[in-house]
This record gives sequence, C-alpha cells and structure tokens, in this order.
Amino acid sequence: MSERVFLKGNEAIARAALAAGMRCYFGYPITPQNDIPELLSAELPKAGGEFVQAESEVAAANMLLGAAACGVRAMTTSSSPGISLMQEAISYMAGSELPGVIVNMNRGGPGLGDIGPSQGDYYQATRGGGHGDYRTLVLAPGTVQEAYDLTMLAFDLAFHYRNPVMVLGDAILGQMKEPVTPHTPARTADPEAASWCLQGAVGRPGRIIKSLFLEDGALAGQNTRLAAKYQAMEAEVRAEQFLVEDAELVVVAYGSIGRIAKSTVRKLRNAGHKVGLVRPITLFPFPSAMLRALADQGKRFLTLEHNLGQMVDDVRLAIRTVADSAFHGHLPGNLPTPNDFEAPILTALGADH
Amino acid sequence: MYMDAIIAGFGGQGVMLIGNLLAYAGMHHGLEVTYIPVYGPEMRGGTANCTVVLSDEPIGSPIIHTPQSLIIMNGPSLTKFAPRLVDGGVLVLNTSLVPEETADASRVRVIGVPANEIADGIGNTRMANMVALGAYVAATEVMPLDVVEASLSSVISSHYSHLIPKNVEALRAGAACVKR
Repeated sequence: MSERVFLKGNEAIARAALAAGMRCYFGYPITPQNDIPELLSAELPKAGGEFVQAESEVAAANMLLGAAACGVRAMTTSSSPGISLMQEAISYMAGSELPGVIVNMNRGGPGLGDIGPSQGDYYQATRGGGHGDYRTLVLAPGTVQEAYDLTMLAFDLAFHYRNPVMVLGDAILGQMKEPVTPHTPARTADPEAASWCLQGAVGRPGRIIKSLFLEDGALAGQNTRLAAKYQAMEAEVRAEQFLVEDAELVVVAYGSIGRIAKSTVRKLRNAGHKVGLVRPITLFPFPSAMLRALADQGKRFLTLEHNLGQMVDDVRLAIRTVADSAFHGHLPGNLPTPNDFEAPILTALGADH
Repeated sequence: MYMDAIIAGFGGQGVMLIGNLLAYAGMHHGLEVTYIPVYGPEMRGGTANCTVVLSDEPIGSPIIHTPQSLIIMNGPSLTKFAPRLVDGGVLVLNTSLVPEETADASRVRVIGVPANEIADGIGNTRMANMVALGAYVAATEVMPLDVVEASLSSVISSHYSHLIPKNVEALRAGAACVKR
C-alpha cells in the first residue's frame, strides 16, 4: 500500500484526474472549488496535458464537448452558478453521446447564494440539468478518499457509457483535509474511442457527431437508445449501509450530510436507539432497490438533506406503496453539525427528547 | 480512541498551522483524521478556527458543535467556544492574552499556558501556537509529542526548515507546563 497523503477534497479530485490520464482541463474560477484549477494549472502541463482557463463556464463546457469528441479524457469543474451556465453543453454532450467529467462543488443558492456548502443542486444533477430527456451519471463522494476514487471512476464510466458523468461534492468536501491513499487506475486512456471519435477521416468515411436528428422517427430512435443506456447504468448503483440490519429507522443522507449524520447515528446507537444509515454514493442511478428491500422489512425512513427537500422525492419513489419517508432539511448558510440531526431523528423514531 | 478539537484564535496566530500539524501527526501516528478550516464572515477581525478529529475508526462528521477539547488563543474565541465544550473537556487556554479565571474550571479541565511569554523566552512570539499545541498534546495524551515534532516538516516549508528546532523547543516548553 502506498503511503497516505493529506489532501483537501479539491486537491484529491485534481490528483485523481491526473492519475486517471486526463489530457485536457477547462475551467473558470469560482469558490469553493478553486483549488482544483490552481493545482491543475501547475501540474497538468507538466504531465503533458492542456490546461485552459476559459473565458466563461459556457466556453469551458463547450471545450469539454470538443475534447470529448476527439476521444480525449477531459474534465471541467465549477460550483453551482457556474454549473448552471454549463447546462446547454452538457445537454448537447448527452444528446451526442460524448464522455466527459463535470465536477460540481455545490454551494448555496439560488442565484449567487453564498460560498458555503449546500445540496441545493440535487435536482439539477440528477434530472439532467439542461433541456431534453437525458440523464448524467452522478457520483456523490462523502470522504476525501472517495472524492479521489470516484473521480477516477468517473472517467471510466464516462467512456464506458459515452455519457457525461458528474461528481457532486460541496464546500465541506472541497475544503476539508483527510488522508488519501493514492493509486494508479487500471485504465488511463480509451483506445476503443477510435471507433467513434473525430481524428481526421484519412482512409475512411467521415464521421458526424451531433445531437440533431431531423429525419422522421430518428430522434425517437436516438432517445430510445439513450433510455436503454440509462437503464444499463443501474449496474453502477452504489450506497453505503451503516447499522441498518436491526434498525427501526433508516436515515437516508448523501455526501457530507451522510457522514455528519453518521456521527449522530453512532451517538444515538450508543444511547440504545435503533437507527441506521443509508448513504447513496450514486445519486443517478439511485439505490432504489436497496431502499425498497429495507422498506419491505418494515423499516421506517427519514431523509436528511442540506436543502428544502429534493432527494427525499427519490426515496419516496423507491419505497412507495410500502412506506413513506419523513424529511428534515438543514438550510445552507448554517454549517451542519451532528447535533443538528439528533432531534429530527428522535422525532422520526417517536422517541422522547 | 476518539478525540476532537476546535482550535481558535485571531487570524495570524497560527491556529490553522497547528491544526494542520495535529492532523498530520495523527495521520503519521496511524490514526484516521479530518481537518476543516472554518471560513466565513468571522475571518475579518474576529476569530479564525479549525476543527481536527482523530480516531482509530472511520470518522463521521468533520464538523463538531460540542468538542471534547479546545485550544483557545484569544478572548473572543473563549467566549464563542467555551460554552460548547463538553463537561470535563480539556481547555488549553493562552493565559498571556486571556485571564485564566475567565474560564469555568468547575466544569472543564483548564490548562492555562502563558504561550506568548514562553514563546518570547524561546525567541519569537509567533511560536505561541506551538507552545499551546505542546501543552494540548501533553494534557490530552492523544499521541506522543515526538510524533508531532517529527511532523513539523510536513507543515513548515523547506524554506523555513531552519526554524524547526525552535518550534520543537516551543512544543516541549508547552508540554512542560502541564502538571501531571
């Protein structure tokens, strides 16, 4: 095992992208993710890659589309307002079936919001975000090691499915430091992209990569193919279970809130309360089958989020017809601590407090 | 093993540096660690603070409301964080800037350290943070002090490596303040 290094979440994402063979990075500065371009501006050129500070997030996302069309491992990173600006290109990438990694270190919103942590972009991340009927794979790390590992995985998944993949963190994950065990992935390039990417048509017919399908029935055919792909992504579903086996109440929370809630669950367990935690790691695909199985066992649910209630919709969809989920939203603008979740969990348990 | 700490003072007193140092030392000691700086409107003129969690199992929250220990370098930080310290928690207090009697010794274990004076004696007031951390490590016995000393090179850039022996001296002087 290689030695542990002590990294901010943002630094871990940048280092993972370098280790994963990223050749191009495009971005525009925004807090709280600036450590990513700062590190990459120094290190990516040394690794023989291209670092471009774009003139805007719109430009950065379209550069990502261009690099992806050339079959190159590429990434852009931003935070909420910047991610909104990128949505047009992300929709075009989904429609054109182009692979790329987009990192959103979620900050408070709507509008400029604040620079603190938030989970207000859950809907945007998991419902496509731009126009049209599409999805992106969404990976939600809860630790700095996971930020490293999932960023690496994001490149593989993007090329495997030829689809944009989003890594969804927040200002907590970006700024906190934890030990990370670095490693080298099995795959750092995607030679099979040669079968579809644009590389000059010498000796073969030209290719067109597009999201425009005007012929009768062509768009329906394309969207049916996309739907089959989204269905196949179910194979990627990941979630952490913590003390759920004998739990009466299952707390569902993702990312930073998932790990903060874990501390609360530990404390309440020590006080004899039968509470457990499911922390979805993929938000699309969502671990619906796991939650449904727990609901079938008669467990009750409480969804905790750093917003007014978004993922709770997916929890309720997963367990509909057998159970419901209570909800507690901790609002952005206040840093969440384990104490904040004690009363909501005890209330959902029906315990005195 | 589990310990969490909020380290707070004025911006410039080096609270982020000793938070980083404690976290690095925890990692080198084989523990799980988290370090999170708290940035916000309090950055201007008020307190700067960070939270460090050390554990032998995977850490849940990196953000702690009611810590088990505090390193308090100035008055405003004592006002802000002392009420949140758990009963019986360890409070390392920089008595050069905060009178020891302002801390509630009936509820928590107060370790008063005249960190600025001791650092002055060693040759540089700016090492008051290291004096406080030395006292903290001795008081909590969270890890051996030599692990912290050996981790200095992780947080002090090579350009300033000639200052490491003085920082070791400051850590040891802080540790020596703690009555067993």
